[in-house]
Amino acid sequence: MKISVPSEIYAGEKRVATTPDVTAQLIKLGFTVAVESGAGLSANFSDAAYESAGAEIIHDTKSIWSTGDIILKVRAPEYNNELGVDEVDLMHEGQTLISFIWPAQNESLMKRLAAKKITVLAMDSVPRISRAQKLDALSSMANIAGYRAVVESASQFGRFFTGQITAAGKIPPAKVMVIGAGVAGLAAIGAAKSLGAIVRAFDTRPEVKEQVESMDAEFLELDFKEEGSGEGGYAKVMSEEFIKAEMALFAEQAKDVDIIITTALIPGKPAPELITEDMVKSMKDGSVIVDLAAEQGGNCKLTEPNQVVRKYGVTIIGYTDLPSRLPTQSSQLYATNIRHLLSDMCPEKNGEINVDMEDEVIRGTTVIKNGEITWPPPAPKLSAAPKQAPAKAPVLVKEEPKKPSVLSLLIPFIVGGLVLFGLGLVAPPSFMQHFTVFVLACFVGYMVIWNVTPALHTPLMSVTNAISSIIIIGALIQISSEVKVIMILAGISILITSINIFGGFAVTQRMLQMFRK
Amino acid sequence: MPTGIITVSYIAATILFILALGGLSNQETSRRGNLYGITGMTIALLATILGLVTANYNILIGGVIIGGIIGLVLARKVEMTQMPELVAILHSLVGIAAVLVGYANFMDPASHFSGVEKTIHDVETYLGILIGAVTFTGSVIAFGKLSARITSKPLLLPARHWLNLILLISVIWLCFDFLDQSAAGSGIVPLSIMTAIALVFGIHMVMAIGGADMPVVISMLNSYSGWAAAATGFMLNNDLLIVTGALVGSSGAILSYIMCRAMNRKFLAVIAGGFGTSGGVPAGSTEEAGEVISINAEEAANLLADASEVMIIPGYGMAVAQAQHIVYEITRILREKGVNVRFGIHPVAGRMPGHMNVLLAEAKVPYDIVFEMDEINEDFPDIDVSVVIGANDIVNPSAQEVPDSPIAGMPVLECWKGKTTIVLKRSMATGYAGVDNPLFYKENTRMLFGDAKDSLENVLAILHS
Repeated sequence: MKISVPSEIYAGEKRVATTPDVTAQLIKLGFTVAVESGAGLSANFSDAAYESAGAEIIHDTKSIWSTGDIILKVRAPEYNNELGVDEVDLMHEGQTLISFIWPAQNESLMKRLAAKKITVLAMDSVPRISRAQKLDALSSMANIAGYRAVVESASQFGRFFTGQITAAGKIPPAKVMVIGAGVAGLAAIGAAKSLGAIVRAFDTRPEVKEQVESMDAEFLELDFKEEGSGEGGYAKVMSEEFIKAEMALFAEQAKDVDIIITTALIPGKPAPELITEDMVKSMKDGSVIVDLAAEQGGNCKLTEPNQVVRKYGVTIIGYTDLPSRLPTQSSQLYATNIRHLLSDMCPEKNGEINVDMEDEVIRGTTVIKNGEITWPPPAPKLSAAPKQAPAKAPVLVKEEPKKPSVLSLLIPFIVGGLVLFGLGLVAPPSFMQHFTVFVLACFVGYMVIWNVTPALHTPLMSVTNAISSIIIIGALIQISSEVKVIMILAGISILITSINIFGGFAVTQRMLQMFRK
Repeated sequence: MPTGIITVSYIAATILFILALGGLSNQETSRRGNLYGITGMTIALLATILGLVTANYNILIGGVIIGGIIGLVLARKVEMTQMPELVAILHSLVGIAAVLVGYANFMDPASHFSGVEKTIHDVETYLGILIGAVTFTGSVIAFGKLSARITSKPLLLPARHWLNLILLISVIWLCFDFLDQSAAGSGIVPLSIMTAIALVFGIHMVMAIGGADMPVVISMLNSYSGWAAAATGFMLNNDLLIVTGALVGSSGAILSYIMCRAMNRKFLAVIAGGFGTSGGVPAGSTEEAGEVISINAEEAANLLADASEVMIIPGYGMAVAQAQHIVYEITRILREKGVNVRFGIHPVAGRMPGHMNVLLAEAKVPYDIVFEMDEINEDFPDIDVSVVIGANDIVNPSAQEVPDSPIAGMPVLECWKGKTTIVLKRSMATGYAGVDNPLFYKENTRMLFGDAKDSLENVLAILHS
C-alpha cells in the first residue's frame, strides 16, 4: 500500500508525520512512501533526506492526497486556504487517515470524514493500556511539552535554575512547582531537576507519589484523604473540600516558588482553575507560570492561550503548541508511534494493513471504519496504574503462621523418647555405645553443616561424597578373607570406592581452587 | 599394630573430617579444609591397611590404583556444568559399595553373633544393603536425567503411591523373613529379593521427579549415601564409619531441607514426584497476558553501559548455554567502566546446591561479588539493570502476588523492583513449574530472545566497540 505524507498547513505547525528514518522502516514493512515536497523542512528534514530513505517526493498537494492509500498527518484535516479546498474533500473512499482528530471536539469533521467513507485512526484515541504505550502519541507529545515548558520558563526567568556559590556571592536555586504529575508533569520535573532547581510536585492521584520521589522531587501532600484516580489512569474531578485544601496549599506555595508549571487536565472537561489572580499577585516579581492546559481554558485564571503575558510582575506563558516548538524531536516520536501502529496492523510485513476490530488497541484507535463512526469505543477495562490489586495480594499470602500447639510440639519428643526407650530395653550395651556415637555425630554434623556458606554447597556435596567412601574400610577388613567370593566382592568395593575417594577429593580441590576474589 | 593405635587413628580421622566440613564455612578456609579431609582419609586407610589387612595386598593395591586413576581422570576432565552428573554417579558408587560390603559381610563365616546381637546385626546388614541399593539405582537414574540420557520429565505411573506402599510393605515383611531364615543359617533368598525391590524402588522414586527438583534429589541421595555408610558402620561395629556416615547423612538432609525451603515445597511432596499435578494451574486467570517488550543486543548493551548498578541472575539456562565465560567478560568490561556488577544466586538455581557459584567461579568471577538471595533481595530498588539469564521460576512475581499460584510463597529474587530487567530467553515457554511468569509482561522488563550465549556474545561485541 502507498503511504502519503502531506505537509501540515496549520499556521505555526512545524511537525511532520514521518521522518526519513521511519520512512526507511516503513518501506521495510512493505509499504511505499510518498512525501509532499517541503513537508519536513520546518522539522529539519530535507526532501533529499526523504528521497535517500526511499520516499517519492511529490510536489502537487492534490495528488499526494488522492494517490495514497494511507495518509499520515499530524493535525486533523482542515480548510486549505491556498488551494481553496478542504483537505477532507481531497480524499476519496477507501483511504485510511491516521492523524490527531480529537473526535469529541470535532463532531462536524467526523461527520464529513464519515461521509467520505474513509477509515480514520485517531492518534489521540489510543487506549491507555500498557500494550499500547509504544504508540501512545499523546504521551510522546506530553513528554515533549513538559520538557519544553521548563525551557520556555527558563528563557523567561531572570535567574539561574541551579544554585551556585561564586566569588561574587551565593546564588540560590530556583524553586519549581509542578502541578499534575502525568507524563508532561514528570517530564517537566525531570527537566527542571536536571537544570538544578528545587522541584516540588502535586497530584491528586496518590499512586504517582512514588514516581515523583523517584525523580528526586518533593511530593506535596494534603492532609486529606481522597482518591483521585479516574478511569484509564487519568485524574477525575475532586470534591469541594479537597479542592479547598488543595487551593490553600497552592496559595502557600505560590509565595515561595519561582516557577509554576501546571499540567492539570481532566478528560472531556475544561481545565480546572488552580492558580487564582490572588495567587499570581502573591508571587515574587520575575516569577514565571507555564500553563500547559492553556488550550482547555488554562489552570491559571490569567492565562491567555498562545500568548506570553506579564501580569503583576509574573510572566504567564500560554503556548498551546509546545511540541511543535521542538519539531524535530516531536516529529521523530510521532512518526515512531505511527510506525508502531502500522507494524501492529501489518503483522505479515507485506505492506497491507488490516484494521482488526478484535484487537483492543486498534479498536480503540479506529474512530471511523469505512464511513461508519466507531467512536467512542467500549471503555478499556484497565487502569494504567493497576497498583491496587497487587498491593493487596501479598497480604493474603502472609497468612498468620499457625502457632504449633503444645501437643504437636511434644509428639515428636514423645515418639522419639519411646523409640529410644524401647531400643534401650532390648539392645545390647555394645550397640548402645555405637548408637550414642551415631546420635552425637548427627548433631555435630547438623551444627557444622549449617555453617557452610551456600556458595560452597557443591564442593560440600563432592567432599561429603569422598568421605562417605570411608565405607572402603569395610571392604579392607573383608579383603583378607579366605572365602573367594568375599574377597572378590571386597576387591570390587575397594576399586569403586577408590574412584570415589580420589575423584571426590580431587574435584573438590579443583573447584575450591577456582573460587577467588 | 595394636588396636589402640587403630582406634586413635580413627579418632584423628573423625576430627579431620569434621574440620574438613567446618572449613567450608568460607572460601578462605575451604582449601585447607579439603586437605584436612584428604589427610583424615589417608590416616584411616593406612591404619586399616597396616593394622587389619593380612592378605591379598595385590588385589587391594591394584584396586586402589585403578580406582584412583579413574577417579583422578574423572575429576580432571569433568566440565563444571556437568558437576551434578558427576556427583550423582559418585553417589551411586557409594551405594553399590554399601551393597557389596553388606553381602560380603553377610556371607562371612567368620562373623559370630547370637541372640539379640545377631538380630541387630542382621537388621543392620539388611538396612545397609537396602539403603545402598536405593542410593545406587536412584543415583544412576539421577545421573541419566542430569546428563539428558533420560528425559527429565517426571514419569508418573498411574498408581505410583500404591506401588511405593506395596514395595515398602514387602521390604518390611522380607526383613522378618530374612531374620527368621538367617537365624537358621540361610537367608540369602529374602536378602536378594529385597535388594531387587530396593533397586526398583530407587529407579521408580527418581523417575517420578522432574528436572528442576534435582537439587533436592541430589542432596537427598547425598544424605542416603551417608546413611548407607553409617548402617555399614553399625554392621561392622566401626565408629569411624558411623560418625562419617552420620556427618554425611545430616549434611545431605540439611541441604535437602534448604532446597525444599527455597522452593517452598514439602520434602515429601518432592519425593512423591510431579509438580502441580493435583489441580490445574489457573492459566491466565491472574493477570492479562500483556505484551512483552523485546529488545535487541545493542539496546541491551546500551542499557548495561548506562547503568551504575547491575545485578546478574543466572539460572540453569546459563549452564545449558555454557554462557558463564561470556557473562564474566561482560562483567569485567562493565566493572572497568565503573559499573557495580553483582550476581544474585537463588538457592535452587541450577541442578544442584551451589551449582551456579561453581560455574561462576570457574569463569573467574570473584566470589565477593556473588551473593545469595537473602543478602541482596533488599537491594533491588537501587538496581538499574537486572539481567536474568536462563532463569524463570526463581524470578516469578506470582510467587508473591498470586496466592493460589502453584509456586505461591516460594522465595524469589525480586528483580522487578529494580529499574529495568533484561530477560534472556529462548522463547516464551513457561518454566519448570508450568506457571506463566508475569515478570515478562511488566513495564520495566525487556526481553532479549535467542540463545543466551549468542545474545550475550552480541552484547559483549557491542560493549567492546
